This record gives sequence, C-alpha cells and structure tokens, in this order.
Amino acid sequence: MSTGASVIFQERKDQILRKGQGGFDMNCNRESLAGAVSQRACVFCGSRVVLYPIADALHLVHGPIGCAAYTWDIRGALSSGPALHRLSFSTDLQEKDIIFGGEEKLYRALTELIDRHSPKAAFVYSTCIVGIIGDDLEAVCRKVAAEKGIPVLPVQSEGFKGNKREGYGAACKAMFRLMGSGDISSIPPLSLNILGDFNLAGEIWIIREYFDRMGIQTVANITGDGRVEDLQRAHGAALNVVQCSGATMELAKMMKESFGTPFLRVSYFGVEDMSESLYQIARFFETKDPGIMERTKELVKTELTKLYPRLQEFRRELAGKKAAIYVGGAFKAFSLVKAFRLLGMQVVLVGSQTGTEEDYKQLYEITDEGTIIVDDSNPLELSSFLKEKDVDVFVGGVKERPIAYKLGVGFCDHNHERKQPLEGFVGMLNFAREIHSSVMSPVWRFVPRRKAR
Amino acid sequence: MKMKRVDYVSTTNACKLCKPLGACLAFRGIEGAAPMLHGSQGCATYMRRYIISHFREPMDIASSSLGEKHAVYGGGQNLKQGLKNVMNKFGAGLIGVATTCLTETIGDDVPMIIREFRKEMEEAGGGVKPPPLVYVSTPSYSGTHMEGFHAAVRAVADQLCTDNCLCADPERKFVNLLPGFLSPADLRHLKEIVDDFGLGCVMLPDISDTLDGPALEDYEKIPAGGTPISEIRRMGSGGATFEFGHTLEGSLTAGMILRERFGVTLHQLGIPIGLRETEAFFKRLEQVSGIPTPEKHELEKGRLVDSYVDAHKYLFGKRAVVYGEEDLVIALTAFLVEIGIKPVLCASGGRSGRLASCIKRVTDGFSETAQVVEEGADFYKIEELCEGLAPDLLVGHSKGYRLSKKLGVPLVRVGFPIHDRFGAQRTLHAGYRGTQMLLDRIVNAVLEKAQEDSPIGYGYL
Repeated sequence: MSTGASVIFQERKDQILRKGQGGFDMNCNRESLAGAVSQRACVFCGSRVVLYPIADALHLVHGPIGCAAYTWDIRGALSSGPALHRLSFSTDLQEKDIIFGGEEKLYRALTELIDRHSPKAAFVYSTCIVGIIGDDLEAVCRKVAAEKGIPVLPVQSEGFKGNKREGYGAACKAMFRLMGSGDISSIPPLSLNILGDFNLAGEIWIIREYFDRMGIQTVANITGDGRVEDLQRAHGAALNVVQCSGATMELAKMMKESFGTPFLRVSYFGVEDMSESLYQIARFFETKDPGIMERTKELVKTELTKLYPRLQEFRRELAGKKAAIYVGGAFKAFSLVKAFRLLGMQVVLVGSQTGTEEDYKQLYEITDEGTIIVDDSNPLELSSFLKEKDVDVFVGGVKERPIAYKLGVGFCDHNHERKQPLEGFVGMLNFAREIHSSVMSPVWRFVPRRKAR
Repeated sequence: MKMKRVDYVSTTNACKLCKPLGACLAFRGIEGAAPMLHGSQGCATYMRRYIISHFREPMDIASSSLGEKHAVYGGGQNLKQGLKNVMNKFGAGLIGVATTCLTETIGDDVPMIIREFRKEMEEAGGGVKPPPLVYVSTPSYSGTHMEGFHAAVRAVADQLCTDNCLCADPERKFVNLLPGFLSPADLRHLKEIVDDFGLGCVMLPDISDTLDGPALEDYEKIPAGGTPISEIRRMGSGGATFEFGHTLEGSLTAGMILRERFGVTLHQLGIPIGLRETEAFFKRLEQVSGIPTPEKHELEKGRLVDSYVDAHKYLFGKRAVVYGEEDLVIALTAFLVEIGIKPVLCASGGRSGRLASCIKRVTDGFSETAQVVEEGADFYKIEELCEGLAPDLLVGHSKGYRLSKKLGVPLVRVGFPIHDRFGAQRTLHAGYRGTQMLLDRIVNAVLEKAQEDSPIGYGYL
C-alpha cells in the first residue's frame, strides 16, 4: 500500500492537514462518509458512556438486544459501592413490539427491574428503532416515576440523530433533570463537582484525594463512581471543574445558567495540565481561603518530587521515539501531546473522532511542524499515516489496537480497556511505564516492518 | 426433563448478540469481501469493537452511516455512496450488505437500491463493473447473531450459486462444507480432515485466515484468505454438502438451496465435538470419499478414547451448566454426557424452538441427560436456574465469568466471545483432536479447583 493519496477519500481531503503545509484549514464536525469505515460510534454510545458510571441508577436500553449487549460493562468505570451500572438491561424489542409499539413492554420491563433492584433513579435510553416507531418515552417514564417514587429519566439517544457528541448532550439533559432537588445546606464554601471523569481504573479517586488535600470538598462525581443523590445536590457546589469538555460541557453551561455555578476547564492528564488545573482551582478559591494556593503548591511539589526521578528513567530510553494519537474527543489529545513531550517523544500524528474546529486549531498550535492532524479518520488512513511516519507507539482505543499491532507498532489503550489509572501525577508515571513497556518490548525486532531493514 | 417457567419481560446480561453481527462475521469469511451495514454508524463500530476484542485482529465493517434526514427520506443515496466508496478504496471483490433494525423499519428496499446502483455503475461506463453485491436482511429485532450468520451464508449461496452450466463438474471431486461459526483453528482442522480423505473442499465461510492472520508489513485493506468467490460459484457441482448444526434441520439453509437447485446431497450433522458427533462426520466422509478414515485420524480417535478412560473418575457425576449459541450448546452437551458429566442446565439466548428436542436426541441412551433446557435465556435467568442445581463447572463464552465467580466454580471458555483470555482464535474444539484439547481443559479445570480447595496440597492428582 502506498502512503498518502491513494487511501484518502476525495470527500475527506479537507479533514486532514499537515502542519506547515498551507496553514490551518479543517473542515470538521461533518457526518461520517458512507463506506469509509469511520471509527466513530453513535448518539446512543455518547449517552451511554457519560451516564453509565452512575452506579446506583438503573440503565435500561429500550431497543433490540445489540445496543445493550455491546455496552455491557464496556468500560472499567469503578464504583466504591453499588454496581448496578455493571449490569446490562434491555427491553430486547422483538418484531411484534416494532409493529404494535414498545411502550407496554418498556413499562413492564421498567416496573419489573425497579422492583427487583430498588435503584435510586432510572435512565431509559432511546435507540434508533424507538425513534422510528415513535414510542413516547417521556410519558412512560413519567408514569413509572409517579408509581415508583423515583426519578425515571428518558435519554433521547436515537443512534442516527448525529454522532457521539449529540449523545453527550442528551445525557447532560437527562442528568440536569435530577439537579436542584437535593438538600445543599451542609455543603461548605470550598466545594466543587467533578465533571467529565468516568473513574476508569479508579482515576476519580486520585483526583478527589488531591482536592481533599487542598481543602476542597467534592460534592458530585459526574459521573465516575457517581450517585443519584450527589447529582441531586450538585447545584450546591461552588464550582464545576470540567474535563472531557465534549462530554459534559453542556451540563456545566446549563448549571451556570440555572444555578449560577461557574466552571473551569481542566485536564488531569500529564504533569503540565494536571498542575495547571490544580492551580486554576486554587486561584478560584483564593479569596475564600488565602491558604489554598500554598497547600496546592505543596501538593504539586510533593508529587513532582516523587514523580520526576522515576520519569527520567523512562525518558532516557524513550527520548526521540515517535508517537501517534487517535482518540474520541480532542481534549485528551492536547494533554497527550504535552505528556509525550515530557517523555522526550515526538507526536507525528494526532486525530480525533469528534473534535471541533476550535480543538483542531489548538492542536495545530501545540504540535510540531509536519504533524498530521486528522478528523474522523479510518483504518486505511491511520495505517498509512503510521507507516509513513514510522511510528513507535500509537495511543487509541480498542478499534485502533489491531491497526497498530498488525503493522508491528506499539500501542497504549487510553480508552475503555485501560486497567491502570492514567490521570493525576501517578497516572503520568503509569502512562510512561505503559508507553515504555510497549515501545521497548523486544517483539518488534521480529515483525516484518522492522525485519525488512 | 423439567422446565422452569417464569417469564420476565426485561433482559439482563443477554446471552446472545444481534443479527447483523453474525452476518458481518460470515461475510468476513469470503475472499476479498467487505462487510457493510446499512444503518447508522454506531452499529458497525460497536460490532467491530466486540469482534476485535475476541479475535485480536482487524475487523473493518463499512457503514452507510445514516443520519436523521436519511431516516426520514430513506437511506438509498447513502448506501449507494457507501458501496461506491468501498468498491473504490477497499477494492472489494464482493460487498456483503446487511440491514439493521433502522433500515428495515424505515422500509428501505435494499435489493432495489442495489439493482439501481448496479445499473447506474454500468451506465456510467468507464468499464467499471461493480463486484458481486450480496444482500441479507438482518433486522436486529428478530433472531440472534447465529440467525444472522446463517442468513448471510444462505444469501451468498442463493445469490452466487445461480448458474449450473458454468460449474458443471461431472466428477464431483469436492465437497461443500458449511461449518457455521467455529474458531479459525477449528476451520483449519476441518479442512485438513477433508483433505486427508482426498476430497477437495469449498468451505463457506472461511474465517481461518481472515480473522487469524500473520503479522504484516502493510495493513491489508481486506485481509487475505476466505472462500474464493469462484469456488462459491461452483458449489452447485459439489459431490456433497456438509452442514453443521442440528437446529438447522428443516429450515431453508445454504445446504438446502444447493440441494434443491443442483441436487447436491446434503448431510446435516451436529458440530463435530465429542466422539459420536465427530464419528458421524467421519462416517459420512468415508461414504462420500469411498476411502476409510486415514490412520492419522484413527489414532487421534484412539488417543481420545484412551484419555476418556484416563479422565473418567475425575469427571463422573460432575454437574455442568452449558450456555451459548444453540448448536454449540447441543454439541458440547453431546460431548459432556460421553465423559460422565451431567449437563444440569443447557441454556441459550436463541429461540429456535428445537433446543430441547436436539439435546434429548444427542443425550439419548445416556443416564446423564439434561435436567433443564432453556431457550431465550439471559444470564439473570441462567443464574436463577442455577439455584439448586449446584453446578461444578460452567462451559461457555466469557460473559459467564461473573456467574462463575459468584458460584465459585471454574469456567471452561468455549465459543464467542472470549474477551478475557488470550488465544480464542487458536483454540481448537472440533474433530477428535479438538475434542481432546477440550477434554484436557475440562479435566484440568476440575483438577485445579480440587487442588486449590484442598488444604493438603496434593502433588499427585
């Protein structure tokens, strides 16, 4: 396979750019091209990943079995208590439900499951088919909520109504309906909600511990290790810190409008962004607690003193190696570019499924000359770029893994299947170790790509 | 055999997957073929992820990527554009189009869209002739991934094996093998067996290379391997067809089409796992080929029987729960009763209506017959049925891990998916050799459990 032009669809030419060649011009935020084997998912997927870590809620997928089966315990979103979110519930719609409507089945399934599990709330996800047959989710949910005395929230996540980002929006709307009802009298002035962290491999616990040390109480985890009651009290927090801006920014905006809660954009990946996020939060609370900046500096210093010497060991071997990044939302890519820089590595390809023009502009600014920046890519393009740039390690999710491995390129899962926390200062160390363990493995000596040399 | 009947409305932790997934897997087993879903983008992506995590291999599935306006006005244009893109960029030798619940319900007439597309391509000139386009209807709300798999195989036979005169082969020196959904290692072994009988073999589909390929220097747009299309076209002149899966008997399958259309003798058998089901396959091969079972396989059979004897005391009376695809469950059950294991529960998410009668048939004559047989089961139901059955082990895919952990009994991983272990694509289950490996794994699971549970720490078992 020759690199470059032959694998790139005419229609997608303006979704790929090379820094240093012709300036910034990116036509993103488009529907995926039919037949291109996009790595994107659907609206339902967006809603499901955002809401699923809420551990004491019932998550019922109203649709045929696939949508629920493929998202059963899909991410390692950990819970410190209940684990209802790890079960996969479906109405498993059948042909007769499609013909006569699925409302009755939904009503009966919801009632049955609420009686069985006594959840604190229920989310009911709409799928493609429900959007077509026109079940009135809102009405069924209202009825069950009244009968069972818990919030029952429809999630308007019909798969075809856009991409993952629309799904994030639908999830935010559903969560927002929970807010404002809880008792907030005991919430202290130094308090915040963590938005856009899903507690993969226990990451949110690391971040909450930092906030504890700074003297800040976390009111609601949104949504990693999340609880319905916490969401109901979330409006009482003094601040929202928003990571993974694509997923929960809409919620932050809604909360600002309705409750006046200000928000900050943060990232917990990499040393630079992690430290700066903590400082930003400290600055926000400085007027209420002048000592907070000192405590934060102390925290960062302590962590960095532990981290740096160990990081240097990895850096020695990794310096000069080349990395490629392809992730769902572009926010993560910013931090990864910086994290690789800290390891002395060069990012030669960076892309995302659903980045915005603003995101890509920012990527364009922080990357080196010659870096390929790509929106909504596919296996043909990605594999050709990996080869062209002679990449040593590729960071992505499960769907990207076989592309890297088939070509004899190292890989780091930065998505669903990670079992090591990659957030926080300790996460940076884990990340370095993971990159190191892939890049430095002796197996690459035997793959055709290297052997040919 | 007693049947416990509490019907729940909701499904918890399904023991099945959706129909289009099976169709995509089947299309992946045809040389040069690109599977394509007519639906929204998410279906293709979810299925790719699910399949990749089992095989640890690339699995590209194209999509017509329908959006909201297509759901209202029809997805024809997108399907055509998608077909064109898959043709041009992937160089597909065949495109297998499977529908989804979305496109089935908005009423897209896919055969008509494909006809139009073909005509438009031919009229556009330039000598570009579209590759064969096979269409299969796979609404996710009817049937499981196995129905989707078989429907795709049937669609391929129906739409490609049309012309008898082109493929007339008076000698009929080869057989058709329709194995169903087995591991790449199984498929390689089955081809070896047929080859050892001196017969040619058209195996449809054949994922043995496409989903278990070597390390490469380049990313293959479509992985090498699979059943060649020219071979599929001549299946009508095969000497016989072997089709695995007891539940298929009597339904319109690819094997049935070849029989009706070209008079190819059809041998419908169980999946050859266990001594008797494998013997049945070999016996038919002897008949078709006219030669006795080669020494090599007789020896493997002899070793298998020898190991049945070696293992019998470890296994006698052990109680097993078997779950997964119906025909796999039937085959595994047939095997388990041979080694003295009692299948206390046989469960599947499928609903062929034939599971119980097939289980009865394959366990006939053994005292250890199945206690409970459950179709349409999810893991909630399976767990509930387990109460009071006191199983010693589970046999099925990796989604039963939670239950095995809860019950504190070993899980012998068989079938699809295996998302929590390594080497699923290389695991052999079929034939005497595969049964041998499966037996070894079962015995070792039982021994390991006994050893771990014992405070003594026996060094000889």
